[in-house]
Amino acid sequence: MTQHQADQLHQPRKAVALISGGLDSLLAAKLMLEQGIHIEGINFYTGFCVEGHTHAIRNQDKKKQKRNNALWVAEQLGIKLHIVDVIDEYKDVLTNPKHGYGANLNPCLDCKGFMVRKAHEWIIEHNFDFIITGEVIGQRPMSQRKDTMPVIARESGANDLLLRPLCAQLLPETLPERNGWVNREKLLAFNGRNRKPQMALANEFGFQDYAQPAGGCCFLTDASYAKKLGDLWQARGNKNYDLDDIMLLKVGRHIRPNENTKVIIARDEGETNFLSGYRKRFTSLQASSHTGPLALIDGDTSIANLKLAAQLTARYGKGRTAEQVTFEIHDTSGLQHELTVSPLSEDNIPADWFI
Amino acid sequence: MQKLDVSNLLCPMPVIRTQDKVVTMAQGEQLEIVCTDPGALHDIPAWCRINGHRLVSAEERDKQILITIEVGEQ
Repeated sequence: MTQHQADQLHQPRKAVALISGGLDSLLAAKLMLEQGIHIEGINFYTGFCVEGHTHAIRNQDKKKQKRNNALWVAEQLGIKLHIVDVIDEYKDVLTNPKHGYGANLNPCLDCKGFMVRKAHEWIIEHNFDFIITGEVIGQRPMSQRKDTMPVIARESGANDLLLRPLCAQLLPETLPERNGWVNREKLLAFNGRNRKPQMALANEFGFQDYAQPAGGCCFLTDASYAKKLGDLWQARGNKNYDLDDIMLLKVGRHIRPNENTKVIIARDEGETNFLSGYRKRFTSLQASSHTGPLALIDGDTSIANLKLAAQLTARYGKGRTAEQVTFEIHDTSGLQHELTVSPLSEDNIPADWFI
Repeated sequence: MQKLDVSNLLCPMPVIRTQDKVVTMAQGEQLEIVCTDPGALHDIPAWCRINGHRLVSAEERDKQILITIEVGEQ
């Protein structure tokens, strides 16, 4: 045996853990650490991840804890975390999902396959031995079913290098188990949507203050968000998007008075501050005669549309009952002019303008 | 000292851009990150702690946040 081979025998096996920031991936990684596996975390940012920070744009959410849960999990575990920007690559997953969408625009099965495939590429590049996830059979209607979990392993190319410690005893043996790197007896057989076993295990490990599941971890499962994204694609005539597009869908009231024009109106000061960062990309308007929100115009900025956007925006400011409200309009080159309009009353805004 | 401007980006993008910049730097070098998302005040120090880098300073000035870190062993 060479010295190199001897060294390798004494080196712990290395696995990358998909860390979402939720309880399941925390527990799965902890189980592997308990078995002496060297774990590093990987977290993929698609642009659609529900982040406390996005919520924190709004005034009412300012008191919410501003922490990134994946970083928090890594710190609890004492492991490194690699956050990977997959925004561009994810477009193909979202726009052409082989397995289709869930209840909204969530391509969960394709998404999981994509992330495991990226993790598989990562372990090859970084000379790691296998991949773990916090998946539990029966926990999600699309991606975490007994019949779809093998699909993820197969289509990602990870095959038996993919180990799910929380439910491994209910699944065929993987390479890390067969080779004795991991003791299958110490893996678990969690099954179904009941969270009590995970909470009991978290308690046993002494984990507190972990992220509570609150409507999933992805905006694509949200009906209101999916409707806005569908509207964006329809208005453009294609499914292309960039990060700014998908961030803006999380903020403000979205009103489409005609097919060429969308008005995004801030709902409070926090959103006004956020939207003001987009003034070089969109024509913007804000009342100067009264206190009121900032609005962006996406699309046709003809005089008629500017007037309509101002009338709509006036409805949501302090001048809503005034005879007239004066606006400052800024175009994308920085030129500004004033426009005075009569606010639209609520009755004059058709319900189907709201996206 | 090197600089990185991630103004108007929301977390985790400031962390991702910091991470991508730091891998191009040598141990002991300093990086000043300019950002606007208050979440970065929590996330960049957390990212430094778990990845072995040192937080030198973090301050909020007007609507800007300035964070300086020193690259650790990679």
